[in-house]
Order: sequence, then C-alpha cells, then structure tokens
Amino acid sequence: MWKYFLRRIALSLLILLGVSALIYLLSMLMPADYIDNQTAAALQSGAMTMEDVQRLKELYGLADKSFTGIIKSYMAWLTSTMKGDLGYSFLYGKPVTAVLSDYIWISFAIAFISYLLQIIIGIPMGIKASVNQYSAYDYTVSVFAMMGTALPSFFLSALFMNVFAIRLGILPLQGLTTATKIFAKDAHLQIFFDKAWHLVMPISVLTLLSVGGTMRFTRTNMLEVLGSDYIRTARAKGLSEPVVVYKHAFRNTMIPLVTSLSGMLPGLFGGAMITETVFAIPGIGYMALRATQQGDIPFIMGYNMFLSILTVAGMLISDIMYMVVDPRVKLS
Amino acid sequence: MGLLDMLKRRKVEGTEDLDNTMYLTLREERRISRENRKIMKQYEREKNRKNVPEEEYLTQMRDPSNVVEFDNLHTYFFTDLGTVKSVNGVTFDIPQGKIVGVVGESGCGKSVTSLSLMQLVQAPQGQIVEGSIRYQDINGKCYEITKMPRDKMLEIRGKEISMIFQEPMTSLNPVFKIGEQMDEVVLLHTKGATSESAKARSIEMLNLVGIADVEKVYNSYPHELSGGMRQRVMIAMALSCDPRLIIADEPTTALDVTIQAQILELLRDVKDKINGSIMLITHDLGVIAEMADYVVVMYAGRIIEQGTVREIFHNPKHPYTIGLMKSKPSGDTKDNRLYSIRGQVPNPINMPDYCYFCNRCDYAMNVCWKEYPDIVEFSESHSAACHLYYGEGLEEQKKRRVEVENNGN
Repeated sequence: MWKYFLRRIALSLLILLGVSALIYLLSMLMPADYIDNQTAAALQSGAMTMEDVQRLKELYGLADKSFTGIIKSYMAWLTSTMKGDLGYSFLYGKPVTAVLSDYIWISFAIAFISYLLQIIIGIPMGIKASVNQYSAYDYTVSVFAMMGTALPSFFLSALFMNVFAIRLGILPLQGLTTATKIFAKDAHLQIFFDKAWHLVMPISVLTLLSVGGTMRFTRTNMLEVLGSDYIRTARAKGLSEPVVVYKHAFRNTMIPLVTSLSGMLPGLFGGAMITETVFAIPGIGYMALRATQQGDIPFIMGYNMFLSILTVAGMLISDIMYMVVDPRVKLS
Repeated sequence: MGLLDMLKRRKVEGTEDLDNTMYLTLREERRISRENRKIMKQYEREKNRKNVPEEEYLTQMRDPSNVVEFDNLHTYFFTDLGTVKSVNGVTFDIPQGKIVGVVGESGCGKSVTSLSLMQLVQAPQGQIVEGSIRYQDINGKCYEITKMPRDKMLEIRGKEISMIFQEPMTSLNPVFKIGEQMDEVVLLHTKGATSESAKARSIEMLNLVGIADVEKVYNSYPHELSGGMRQRVMIAMALSCDPRLIIADEPTTALDVTIQAQILELLRDVKDKINGSIMLITHDLGVIAEMADYVVVMYAGRIIEQGTVREIFHNPKHPYTIGLMKSKPSGDTKDNRLYSIRGQVPNPINMPDYCYFCNRCDYAMNVCWKEYPDIVEFSESHSAACHLYYGEGLEEQKKRRVEVENNGN
C-alpha cells in the first residue's frame, strides 16, 4: 500500500511540473503584460516613452518573449520555487506566499461552512427523496436542486443582493466589514459578528449552488442500493425500515459519497472566484482574479500551483477514503 | 390513421402468439397511470395503519396440520402499460414438516407467491388484491398475512418464516462482516440476547451448515468467500432463529453443479433438525424429485397441477407438466433432440379468458379456446386444471380415440 502512495506522489510531482510549464507559457504569451497594463495611461499622455517601458519590462523580467527567453525565465522560476521561494507579487508588492496566507482563511471559512451545510442539507434530502421516490417531496426537491445547480453563481448572487440587500435591506450588500462603523481595537466579538453578518449571503449562495448536486448524487446512489438484493435480504430478516435504510442501505451509499466529498476538501482552500468578486469579499479567489487581469505572473503561478496541489491532494484523499469505507478495495 | 397517431402508439411486446397485440395511446397510458396511483395509494394506506386490533388479522386454518395456506391469492403489479396479474388465484397448502416444491418457468409467479407470503412484494406497484394467506405459529395462533400491519409482520419475517435467495453473490451486504450480519438476526428476534450469546449462536449455525474454519468466516467480508460458502452463510442465517418455514427461492441455481447437491443435502438435514417446512422454488425438476414431498406446477400466475411428487412424476396429467417431464434431459435420449415446449407464455397484461396454455398445447381442442378449465381432482392430493379430463373436452377425447381405433381397424 505504501508503495502505491509513493508511486502516486511521484506521479503527482510529474503532473505538477507539466501544469506549471503550461501555465507559465500561457501567462507569458498573454498579449498585454503587467507593465503594459500599468504604463498604458502614462504612455498615452506622453509621461513615459517606449524606452522607459522597455527598461521596466527588463527589470520585471518580461522583456524577452521569445521561446528560449520564456524557457530561461521558467527555469529561473522553477529553481527558486524548489527552494520554497514563490517570488514577489507585482500587484500586491508582497511575497506571493504572504499574500496567499493572508487571504486564504476568509475563503476557507466561507467554503468550509457552505461545504458543511451542503452535506447537512443535501444528504438527508437525498435519502428522503429516494425512499419516497416519485412522491411530491421527491419532485419538489429535485426541481429545486436542478434550479440551484443550473443557475450561474453571478446571477444568483445578483438576485440575492437585489432582494435581500437592496429591496428588503436586511443584509449588507458587499464587502467584509461595515465601512461606516468604527470598532474599538479590542472589540473582537463585535468585529467577528460584523464579518459573519457580511458572510451570510455569499455562504447561502454557495450552499444553494452545491446542495442540489449532493442531493441528486445521494438520491441516485441510494436508489441503486435500495434496489439491490442485499436490501431485500435485510428486509427478509425482519429489520425495521429505518434500520434497513439508514444502516444497510446508507452504509453502501456512503462509499461513493465519502469518496467524492472528501476529494473536495482540499479544494475548499482554493476560493470561490466569482462569488467573492461579486460580493467584493477580499478572499483568495478575488485576489487571484485581480492578479490574473493585471498579468501578475508570480502570483498567477503561485496561486495556480497551489490549486494544482490541492487538486492532486484531493484525488489522493479520495483514494484513501475509498479504501477506508469499502472493505472490498485494496490499493496496490 | 395519421402519422402522428402512429407515433403516439406504443406496442406492447410478447403477444404475437395469441395475437392480442395491444396498442396504447398516450391518453390511455396517462389514464392507466392515474388510476394506478389511486389504487396504489389506497392499498398503501391500508398497510401503513398503526394499532390495528389483533382480531382483524387473526383467523382459522382450514387444516391445523398446515403451516401456511394460500387461498385464492391474487398479487397484481400496477404498471404503466396495465395491470400484470403475476399471481392470479393460487391455492395450495404447506404442511408442517414437509417440503413443497413450486415449479414453473421464469415469470410464472413462483417468486411473487413467496414474496407475498413475506409481504415483500415490490411496493407500491405490487399489491395483494384478493385472497388470503394464512400462517399458523408454534402456539397454534393463525394470522391472516394479507391483513397484517407492517410492524407485526416484522416479528414473523426472519424469525418464523425465513428466506434463502437465488443469488448468494449479491444477497449479502458487501460492507458488513458475515458475523455482524448473522448476529443482527439473532439480536433482533431473541429476547435477552447479548452480543456474546448472538455470536455463540451464529458460530453454532455456521458449524451446522458445515463450514470448516468458522471463526475465520465469521470475521470475513462476503467478497472473501466463494459462492457456495456464501449460500451456506445465507442458509445459516435463515436458520438461526429456528424458523417454522424456510422459503428457498432457487437456492442452487447460481451454484456450481458439484456444490448444488451439497447444498440440497444440507437443506434437507437442517429441515429435519429443526422440524420445519420448506417451500422450495425451482425450475429444476431434478431438484424437485430429489427433495419435495408435494409439487405445485405454476403457469402464467396460476396453478395448473398439484400433487405428491410420485403423482406428478409418474402420472402427470396437464399437458404442460407432461411437456416439462419430457424436456428433462436424460442419458438415454442421446441421439434425439431435447424436447422443448413450443411458443411463449402469453402477454401478462390482458390475459385471455380461456386456457392460458392452449396456444402451446399439443392436445388443444375447441373448448380450450372458449373458457378457462375447472380443476379436476384425480385423488385427494392430485388435481389439474385441464379440459382433457371433464365435460366437453373429455367427450371430444373419447370421440377422437374412437376415430383412431376405427382408423386402425
């Protein structure tokens, strides 16, 4: 088994290497780089000349856009990354690792809470819908689940903002703190509640978007299990319906459920780019979107490598959990 | 008929032989499913009642030496294409301490009959609509299974009537250990059972069914055992509460031929040990001849012949039974083709009102296409439903025989 994991990790490293080369190449080939973005206005007004811009580009390491030049700068990035140095973010003026660790936690908090809600709401709904297949409950829940899954996040966010913040005025519109309020430095509790209040809408949006998928996934798997021979055996034993459903059937439904849900865990650190941007929450997703728009290559690289590592870790966790919940699976 | 109408019509398959091919328009389909929903809801409500007084489902046996009596049982499935009469008026008894074999081809209603007895018919589509199933427990109390509320039925299932299924490979829950699954039944049905006593009982049962390395099997998952071992475990599980009746639904079909004999031997042994009865469902006549005391032959949801095993095998009366006997492979017909009954079972929806077998029958007469035959009794235990043996049909047979004799002269 250990051999299996060592092999998987070695393979993951190879994948990460490929991913980094690809992303580096793509971001270097973007038509307007960071310097172009920053100097466009000055260039227009004549405050800067083309030579100034070229000098700046050389300074930032963006001057040589030939294939060999890109490879050379990629190698430089790779060696410093190996040493644990992701470089300085152009846009934020701080080490990339510092930016990541500063903004990651608010994103994680949002994602983790909606992840928990998604599990707490989606799984019981899926079970109930499958036990009462084709009932009014099943149809209602399925329709709402479909709607939630089908709606784009920016649309649902905008809808929520319109209804709850603008029309009803019961929730704050945007941001993480109330700008008009001044808190004493040691009023930690008040600050916490203020932030939590601002997070109600983004968390609800993310939960609504994901709960449908979990519900449908649970329902489908549960239906398959409920139709199997061993469930008939369990009933023939004289077990009551709750024991049949929640012990015998659900324990089997848990296999695909745990595998897929645990695989999502690392991804929770990745941030919800669109939702954070719409609600102007300074999370990692929001920061990454801004950096990408501006062509901040060190940050783009750092963030994407971080996402890749999370994805690879998610797959590994899925595999481990698969082995944990299904006695038939032995990894080798 | 316009093109649109043709598109709307859906053919119901499997009806070529009797030529009652049926077409449904969308409107008809919708009407059927609406009616079905209403019917199913009504039956489900009846079954879900709580605190039903005991008098409502207590009854009297016709013959106190029986464990189970099926009486004119009708189990229907309400599908979108129409009502499937899976069990359509079945009457037979299972006497105490005897093995009753139920034979018939796939889809003839054997399994549904047994599932009706367990109240395990796939609900809400499947419902018992008519007739009764009487069950007598060890104290001589008789229950009407069809009227029993669900919670009361849980006390009978697994404890007094237990079931062995056809597919040992899929009938055990893959994520629980054998021991856990076996202990569960004991803990559920034995008053004052502890986990130690349950384990002791399970181990005893595993020993009884001839498993060698009991402790190891007890701690195994189902996938670690072979099919034969799993079927032994299923039998052990079915026996662990000393049931009055074991329903064995094709217990050897999925097994290796070499294992089959062992499993049958085992079933017979344990039946004697616990003095229970067995309802043995199979399509293997060899198994029936080996095991059963009484035989019930089913065709398209009805019993067409029943009798003791001797009567059925030495003196089959119904052409279908005769056909079954002939289609049994035997060593001495090496050069000949194996006999097979021609044609197919009629469409289960829209059953004809005459004999269901006449389109496949070698002896079919005019009267066979007119009405469903009555049951003719040949002895106290032997009876068959066939026109050959009474009234108009018998007359015609006599006439034919005379003609044959005359031609011979």
